[in-house]
Amino acid sequence: MNELNSFIKKEFRHILRDKRALLILFAMPVVLVILFGYAITNDIKDAKIAILDNAHDELSIGLTNKLVSSGYFIQEVSLHTNKELQEVFRDGKIKLAVVFPNRFAESYYHDNKVTIQLIADASDLNSAVALTNYASSIIQDYQKEIVKAPVQKPLFETTVKMLYNKELKGVYMFVPGVLALILMLIACMMTAVSLAREKETGTMRVITVSPLSPMTIIIGKVVPYLVISFIDTLIILVLSVFIFGMPIKGSFLLLFLVCLVFLFAATSLGIMISAFSSTQQIALIVSIVILFLPTILLSGFIYPIENMPLALQIVCQISPAKWFIEAIKSVMIKGTGFVDVWLQLTMLTVMIIIFVRVSIVRFRKTIA
Amino acid sequence: MEITIVTDNLTKTFGAFTAVDHISFEVQKGEIFGFLGANGAGKTTAIRILCGLLHPTSGKAEVAGFDVFKHTEKIKKNIGYMSQKFSLYEDLTIRENISFYSTVYGLSDYQIKEKTEQLLTRLQLHSEADKLVHSLPLGWKQKLAFSLALIHDPKIVFLDEPTGGVDPITRRQFWDLIYETADEGTTVFVTTHYMDEAEYCDRISIMVDGKIEALDTPDILKSQFKAATMDEVFYKLARGTSTK
Repeated sequence: MNELNSFIKKEFRHILRDKRALLILFAMPVVLVILFGYAITNDIKDAKIAILDNAHDELSIGLTNKLVSSGYFIQEVSLHTNKELQEVFRDGKIKLAVVFPNRFAESYYHDNKVTIQLIADASDLNSAVALTNYASSIIQDYQKEIVKAPVQKPLFETTVKMLYNKELKGVYMFVPGVLALILMLIACMMTAVSLAREKETGTMRVITVSPLSPMTIIIGKVVPYLVISFIDTLIILVLSVFIFGMPIKGSFLLLFLVCLVFLFAATSLGIMISAFSSTQQIALIVSIVILFLPTILLSGFIYPIENMPLALQIVCQISPAKWFIEAIKSVMIKGTGFVDVWLQLTMLTVMIIIFVRVSIVRFRKTIA
Repeated sequence: MEITIVTDNLTKTFGAFTAVDHISFEVQKGEIFGFLGANGAGKTTAIRILCGLLHPTSGKAEVAGFDVFKHTEKIKKNIGYMSQKFSLYEDLTIRENISFYSTVYGLSDYQIKEKTEQLLTRLQLHSEADKLVHSLPLGWKQKLAFSLALIHDPKIVFLDEPTGGVDPITRRQFWDLIYETADEGTTVFVTTHYMDEAEYCDRISIMVDGKIEALDTPDILKSQFKAATMDEVFYKLARGTSTK
């Protein structure tokens, strides 16, 4: 026990004396959360739009007011000709234009059929889609308001209802992703690099020749990073809840369980990486290739897995981050219980067992 | 004389490759035993077995009186180890390094305090005790690493190319330390590529392709191979196998 304490103390000294490590460990999570929360967001708020009103009747003015008062849009300019429309888009002043046809109200009442044109700047695809969706649904609402009696209702009407994330907030997407990324980075990469460092500097050999048991060495290496990444988990959760309004609908206990299981998966992956790397540099490169790319691109963090080609979808299944992000979303946003995340937890546990087994076999071959 | 290391037909194979091929030798207490051989001759594998890291395929070996099959844990407590890389933590202070390696070898807090004082006095490092090892000159690092390998008063200390990359004067000083240690009754098992250092050893074994091809005092080996220096002896042995 004395040996383990001393080992953990030594490990913390390594960490606390390395300013770059400290930056990665404590500044990076905060920066990433703030960055994703404020900068990289698809949330619509005060989007600038242009109105080209060829009708100027009660309905077109009413609808314009409705759009502007929704809180999502600000009318940047009033246009008069189609030519002006081209110009404002080219200047990038607006993201969306609403075009009312001539005799808007008249057509609506008499022909019972009228078209409003929504023009969006699709060079920014994500926001174009979001803006047109928002505008369409506001227009539909307005239509319901003016048709007081349900007489001339269209035969088909679609209503879109967004479950769990009614306001389509980006924070719901990025918090699980950032959490996965940070925990991978710290628990996995830092463990891998610090173990590889001992190999590189030759201290690993001295330690293995000493009476320290392999278990003590591994636990001593892993505990500091587990503690630090758990602190980071708390930092990220507090920031997301209090600054960005991320809900935690499920139980805290389950949330921490999910995080802890993922942490163990990440650290055991780190140990496995270090078992195959003789230097810190190799450990770092391997970590980046097999961690970051899958964690960011193949976990459903940024791109939906269902839209990927089958081969990639299969690859996604072996990314621990994929299962973690699924579980964390379930618990935080949907508020599901243990029964709904058992599959994810089981998958992660299976991965832990595989990583640890492979590491032990490999360590026996190389160190001994 | 007390025997501290004994091997009898010790063999280790990896698949079809025989790394250590029926080696038998004895090392006495307080002896400086030079373990020579070209790279890939099987030295490292033999040392790993003797340090309790690797189980031999066949044969027998006892280190500090403990069997390398059954009592590797006890062997580990009774040996010290130092490698070419010195194996110090550069971002820890001298005092922290001493304290870490002491606990690794199971010393009590009281012993650690005592040992630290003793060691700092002997190496005259009191004023540097709280500086990072990183800032020490190479020669001091080497001495510190050697002292740490001896921190738990082991019966045998294994030195794996301990003078690599160190200047001749520092090397000479280091050998003075080795003599001191051997005089105090610690067996020194040393590998080196420097043939002038080989001359400092009490006895030398030269390994070629997994076998011990020569084993005796430097003087006897020189006359046996009709050579003026150990360098020549080594060269004759190595050439003998390459033309074989």
